[in-house]
Amino acid sequence: MEFLLSGIMSITWQQIVMYVIGGILIYLAICKDFEPALLMPMGFGAILVNLPMSGVLDQLMVSATGETIGEAHGIIQWLFEVGIEASEALPILLFIGIGAMIDFGPLLSNPKMFIFGAAAQFGIFFAIAAATLCGFDLQDAASIGIIGAADGPTSILVSQIFGSKYVGAIAVAAYSYMALVPIIQPLAIKLVTTKKERMIRMPYNPKSVSKTTRILFPIIVSIIAGLVAPMSVSLVGFLMFGNLLRECGCLTRLSETAQNELANLITLLLGITISFSMRAEQFVAVETVMIMCLGLVAFVMDSVGGVLFAKLMNLFLKEKINPMIGAAGISAFPMSARVIQKMAQKEDRQNHLLMHAVGANVSGQIASVVAGGIILYLVPMMM
Amino acid sequence: MSAQVMENFYKALELMGKGMLGIFVVILVITLVVVLLTKVGGVNKKASQME
Repeated sequence: MEFLLSGIMSITWQQIVMYVIGGILIYLAICKDFEPALLMPMGFGAILVNLPMSGVLDQLMVSATGETIGEAHGIIQWLFEVGIEASEALPILLFIGIGAMIDFGPLLSNPKMFIFGAAAQFGIFFAIAAATLCGFDLQDAASIGIIGAADGPTSILVSQIFGSKYVGAIAVAAYSYMALVPIIQPLAIKLVTTKKERMIRMPYNPKSVSKTTRILFPIIVSIIAGLVAPMSVSLVGFLMFGNLLRECGCLTRLSETAQNELANLITLLLGITISFSMRAEQFVAVETVMIMCLGLVAFVMDSVGGVLFAKLMNLFLKEKINPMIGAAGISAFPMSARVIQKMAQKEDRQNHLLMHAVGANVSGQIASVVAGGIILYLVPMMM
Repeated sequence: MSAQVMENFYKALELMGKGMLGIFVVILVITLVVVLLTKVGGVNKKASQME
């Protein structure tokens, strides 16, 4: 009867904590609709990988005399080693789908919104500095700070390339806070703006965008970003490849496949694969709590940085910008744009900022992957 | 705070300066290219309309 109880007898308190965390992630995904496509698989995977001697991880088959008689390869461990550790394939391939889903039209027709995508990446670097003060080395601090990119695949990619052992906590923080943007952003924006500033109206006069521009845009962005930050080529390149599939007009089936089947398939596997880094011995640590706090700081400072930049620009502009647009420059698309529109209408029902906010939000998608590439390039040079 | 922590903090501040500058430079160059493309696209449209 002993062999039936060996599993239960092997459970540690840390593994029980992970069952609770897994349950919370599943609850948040299903009942609160918090990024369910990622949090549900991560939550379920967190339970699977923390079962004693779990078959989803590699296990040595040992005889009663202690002799190794075989090895069982676990599927989640295999998915992690092949799909993330070996080549970061899963997050990079997901970018094809994301790129195919993005319509850069509102941004191309209103190019001054580009700048807010850059400004709203400030939180990444603020969080890196804060993480170093908490005792993390520069590589781990950069892996934590990239949570502020508000982009799950970028966060996973950067932390994996830096060999951070906090990939699990970073992924949970990134996806949880992306889902909490409707709560975090309004609070952060109200801290640094007045009601009068939030009521600033902005006329929308979009320029027309030709098909040639839409086709050349992803090619040119890939070249520019790749020349400045070569490590960003995989991130930016695959994002822009997906967008080129969409805009070229002659590969409709491939574009639809990228947006639907490819994106869904990889999303399905990515969450459960990431749970490999949610094993109790890695996840149940003081550092995980610190990472969750630093991730929140990153998100708040992204919004604050974008808003303050817009206010700085207003010092020199005759036609004022509503500073909330600066906060829309984070990569959480389209949630952030909708949050800004809602906040604007709350102050003034006639104030329509949606298209400006969408432009800034889409710019944030480009700027966040550029930020990831620049960090991958600069940090090794500074070690 | 230990010397190692302060050294890492100063490196993080340097990273902040270079990183934000790099992002702004890339985004500004992309913006200029987009503005040029839009103008060239507008000139082409005018030329084809005149024909």
